[in-house]
Amino acid sequence: MRGIEQNIEQLRAQGIRPVAISVDSPETSRGLMQQQGYTFTFLSDPNAETIRRYDLVHAGQGEGGHDIARPAEFLVDSTGTVRWIHLTENYWVRARAEEVLEVSKLLK
Amino acid sequence: MRRFNWPLWLGFLLSVVTFFSYFAVFIWYPVTRDFPWANLLLFLVAAVLLFLGLRRAFTSDRRRSKILAAFVTTLGVVVIAFFLFAFFIGGRQLPASSGAPQVGQKAPDFTLTDADGKSVSLNELLSTPVNGTAPKGVLLVFYRGYW
Repeated sequence: MRGIEQNIEQLRAQGIRPVAISVDSPETSRGLMQQQGYTFTFLSDPNAETIRRYDLVHAGQGEGGHDIARPAEFLVDSTGTVRWIHLTENYWVRARAEEVLEVSKLLK
Repeated sequence: MRRFNWPLWLGFLLSVVTFFSYFAVFIWYPVTRDFPWANLLLFLVAAVLLFLGLRRAFTSDRRRSKILAAFVTTLGVVVIAFFLFAFFIGGRQLPASSGAPQVGQKAPDFTLTDADGKSVSLNELLSTPVNGTAPKGVLLVFYRGYW
């Protein structure tokens, strides 16, 4: 997400809106945004409903055995169609903003 | 003569520092995050130092130095092994997510709360202008969260 923030101007110039989603509460997200200087949208899915609909639940990994999201990135075009997916095989490894910028050039 | 076994302690210190350096420093740069080569190099140096320290202790006659060196070396190796395990094995323990939306499919709509407590839907995210023009797309980034 730091990579996204570092490339936020290029992403916005290409008409791409980054949106982060997790089970974190809005308060936690607000704290994270302030602490890290993130300027894009953070959404809260406390019961992992959307995360479940996207089949991204990492069961029992959160505090007190709560379900959380596994890391995953999707690029959705303006018609709502998925155009690119990144499902990491190792949660230390994330999609790079440069990769997203490359793919987003293909969007109309 | 009793001499300070500096390779041993330096090796141990380096293994501990290297362990935390991944989370404190290297995780912030994609090159050193996606593959921890910086940590692996530092761990290699730490292992060599530990080995030198162990060898040094075992060439002395003092039984206590040998026990201490064996103990410290073991601790250092455990730290290194724990990191390797967490990164290369623990990090791969992820659900398959075979039911995740595929390229070409419609992204399931959702309505969630943003950091200001406002309700936001995917459709709104796809239609609200970015930089004054209609967005070409939305990048959804799912992450583990900080709870």
